[in-house]
Amino acid sequence: MIPTTFEYTKAATVADAIAALGNGDGKLLAGGHSLVPALKLRLNQPDRLIDISQIAELRTIHEENGTIVIGAAATHHEIATSALVRSKLPMLADGAGQIGDVQVRNRGTIGGSLAHADPAADWSAMVLAAGATIAVQGSKGTRKIAATDFFTGIFSTALAGDEIITAIHIPILPGARATYQKFAQPASRFAIVGCAAQRAPDGQVHIAFTGLSDAPHRDHAAEAAVSGKPLDAATIAAAAAAAAENVSINVDHYASEKYRKHLAKVYVKRALEAIA
Amino acid sequence: MSTNYIGKSVRRVEDKRFITGKGKYTDDIILPGMTHGIFVRSPYAHAKINGIDTATALKMPGVVAIFTGADLADVNGVPCGWQVNFKNGDTMKEPKHPLLAHGKALHVGDPVAFVIAETPEQAKDAADAVEVDYEELPAVTNPAEGVKPGAPLVHDTAPGNIAFDWELGNPKAEVDAALAAAAHITTLEFVNQRMAPNAIEPRSYIGAYDTTSDKYTLYTSTQNPHLIRLLMCAFVLGIPEHKVRVVGPDVGGGFGSKIFHYTEEALITWCAHKISRPVKWTSTRSEAFMLDAHGRDHVTKAQMGFDANGKITALKVNTYANMGAFLSTFAPAVPTYLHGTLLQGLYTTPKINVDVTAVFTHTNAVDAYRGAGRPEATYLLERLIDLSALEMGVDPVELRLKNFIPAFDGVTQSGYQTQVALQYDSGNYQGVVEKGLAMLGYADFRKAQKEAAKNGKLLGVGFSTYIEACGIAPSAVVGSLGARAGLYEVGQVRVQPTGKVSVFTGAHSHGQGHETTFAQVVADKLGISMEDVDIVHGDSDTVAFGMGTYGSRSLAVGGSAIIKSIDKIIEKGKKIAAHKLEAAAGDIAFENGKFTVKGTDKSLSFGDIALTAYVPHVYPADLEPGLDFSSFYDPTNFTYPFGCHIAVVEVEKETGKVSLKRFIAVDDVGNVINPMIVEGQIHGGVVQGIGQALFEGVEYDENGQMTNASYMDYCMPRADDLPMFETGSQVTPCPHNPLGVKGAGEAGCIGSTPAVVNAVIDALWSGGHQVRDILMPLTPERVWTAMQ
Repeated sequence: MIPTTFEYTKAATVADAIAALGNGDGKLLAGGHSLVPALKLRLNQPDRLIDISQIAELRTIHEENGTIVIGAAATHHEIATSALVRSKLPMLADGAGQIGDVQVRNRGTIGGSLAHADPAADWSAMVLAAGATIAVQGSKGTRKIAATDFFTGIFSTALAGDEIITAIHIPILPGARATYQKFAQPASRFAIVGCAAQRAPDGQVHIAFTGLSDAPHRDHAAEAAVSGKPLDAATIAAAAAAAAENVSINVDHYASEKYRKHLAKVYVKRALEAIA
Repeated sequence: MSTNYIGKSVRRVEDKRFITGKGKYTDDIILPGMTHGIFVRSPYAHAKINGIDTATALKMPGVVAIFTGADLADVNGVPCGWQVNFKNGDTMKEPKHPLLAHGKALHVGDPVAFVIAETPEQAKDAADAVEVDYEELPAVTNPAEGVKPGAPLVHDTAPGNIAFDWELGNPKAEVDAALAAAAHITTLEFVNQRMAPNAIEPRSYIGAYDTTSDKYTLYTSTQNPHLIRLLMCAFVLGIPEHKVRVVGPDVGGGFGSKIFHYTEEALITWCAHKISRPVKWTSTRSEAFMLDAHGRDHVTKAQMGFDANGKITALKVNTYANMGAFLSTFAPAVPTYLHGTLLQGLYTTPKINVDVTAVFTHTNAVDAYRGAGRPEATYLLERLIDLSALEMGVDPVELRLKNFIPAFDGVTQSGYQTQVALQYDSGNYQGVVEKGLAMLGYADFRKAQKEAAKNGKLLGVGFSTYIEACGIAPSAVVGSLGARAGLYEVGQVRVQPTGKVSVFTGAHSHGQGHETTFAQVVADKLGISMEDVDIVHGDSDTVAFGMGTYGSRSLAVGGSAIIKSIDKIIEKGKKIAAHKLEAAAGDIAFENGKFTVKGTDKSLSFGDIALTAYVPHVYPADLEPGLDFSSFYDPTNFTYPFGCHIAVVEVEKETGKVSLKRFIAVDDVGNVINPMIVEGQIHGGVVQGIGQALFEGVEYDENGQMTNASYMDYCMPRADDLPMFETGSQVTPCPHNPLGVKGAGEAGCIGSTPAVVNAVIDALWSGGHQVRDILMPLTPERVWTAMQ
């Protein structure tokens, strides 16, 4: 449980952090809840750590032009307890409160979780269902990546090597209903299956899974079964029947392919019932 | 003074230092010139070691020395502490357990080299640079597979991978005949899965050697420092015992896993001598998961026969017990004398036969883990009896009561002689069940269960009634059964001249609260304040001897040794008082801290007598000065705590997730010194037992890799998984020790596991799913699959 030797740099600004990233084999350190264990097990042996957890511009949560903007270094706890998030996007506040345990929520950050892209992390399903975009900054400037384009596979994202997530922009849809429901792995409390669902005022439904497959994703077949239709027992059952088909399903200690697929259908049903 | 500490929930004396972070554990100790060691360990479960190249590593910064198996070829291995011979009389197979693997690695984590450097970081970097040429060989991990022809052999000297086989009870032919005549037979084939002990403090050792005095010191996170010294000196290193000090400072939990003499302890002591500098090694959490001796791991077939009236007529048990790659210190005793002997349970079963085959596999060693054999026996009996009730369509409580041994006090009525060698001391088994049923509200529960079933909900109740053999043990008995040590305890009581008391006990506290409970006993017996009593343990230089803490023995055996010394103190005090008060010793009474001439108001305080003993100016001519006695207590029998545990669960149909709604534990642990500590022990044990039922279990893949060796995968029970526990108690004093105590450390862990599993099975039957068994831990997927 002893990491290899590394340099430690504390970045004061995003620009500092990007400059440091461009300079050798560095890793960004935010909450450290995924990175530090990997360092201790020597699964990850970076030359330097660039600590971005204290960059003030990354820690704000505010409303801007009809969206909620959450700084990448905001902790799960800050999001769970933000009055603004709770009133405008209650799914995110509730979902943040389901992550890990108190210690994890106090240190872990939304940006760190998204960039790490653990296939069973909670935030991924929520940002997908909420139609979020992810603001990033690199040596070539800033850009925004739609959540649907962000997750590319197991522990892999659309981020370039020198890019940092700066904020997550989530549109406020007055009258929308959204929920995140998860069946937690009992040891890690990551999602065996997590399902986020959002129904916009126009009846369009987003359904997103985490834990089910290598990468979190929207389930378009399940969405089609309920989008623009009343959410009732028949449409919900149709969505459950359509869900989790034609995807490669994860297998681990706690869930076989068959069981995980079954859980996905159960959790689509629960999520849709919660927003009906 | 008049005291009554016994029976009071006195707050724990030791908690001030633990809660404020001032506990001093082995890893907190820093010796001058201390070096740090890191192991290079086999990544394979079974491999030939063709070569080890340390050249690069030796040149790395800070490296002091690197040792490999070749350096220790002439050093003995660590011994097994218990010999169980084959049924045919052949000697138990006991292959050498070397301090470093030599030639072959026999399980994942088998130590191959030990790298010592100035800092842990330097040692780790150098350990990563040691190059080992392995040739991977096929491995076997399951004991029932291990005995099959053609299975990979762990040791060439143990054909069929069998360490020993063993049988106890009535002749097999008699049991088979009784089963053949039975009106109903319930058969269950099941696995009692392997558990990782998960003490919060990882194992940590410091070895030191003083060249001028030729004296060794070993600091070790152990449950029994004297036993470690004895085994290490006499069997492994061949160094004189009086030149070795073993200290077990504050120890953060053991659950059995810190009883055993580990190879690392002896290796570090040997290395300290080789390099003439102190060496520290502290286990990582990954090493703890893989290498702290595991528990359980039985593959069992059991059959219980009943007559037409529901009376049990026979029990037949066949178990394959996984030993791992080497025999750990007490490993042979666990599936035999701590398991087979408990298969009478609380029942009058007239014919019992138990047959155990102990099997080597390419896995970590298995040894005593909280309960040690007794949870396996209880699980077997209580699963069988609940399942029998379901199969026969009778009430599981009535079936138990019908078969219970009637109450007996062990004083006016004799003890109960079982079919499997033990004689129970005293018991009122029906009493704990009746209390548990009242707490549950059994009739109301069954109504609620029926209502729930109508609404598509699965509610279940599970019962478990247990007995355990604790307070180990009469030395002559265990000696005849293969123990290579006595199992008495030592208690020294030193009254200081000012009347303050230092107590030296061979029991070792690693969470139990001895500094509180032992002080309560001593203060009450001597009529002094608890603040005037200091409990000293864990250091072979200050405590004369000791066998340590395990098997719920500390108070029953260690406490009794202290009582013997207190009796000697009082007897001598009476002689001193008689002389000073000019009376006959027979006329002196000792009560409430005062020596009084009976029938008079002439008295001297305990403090007066203490001072007189050390300033013997007016003193009996034929009496030695001083007031300091040491006693050995060797118990005459085991103690037999018992109880009734009841679990109420709800199973979620859609997912198979089990929610524990209620847990009721009624335990009879004999007399109680500190109810708060006993309740804490019960709570902790119950959680551990629930952990086995629902959450925990070591998993090996077919290559012998442990696949869940981290808290991300190995699930420990947490507070939000559990209901508030409902505890009740009954007191049936132990008739054969002076405190009347039986022991409480393991009870919770023994009773709880089958109660939870039985409750889940009951819930499934209430919904029409006639499931007979589910492999523990009962994960949601396993329960859901059972319903499909």
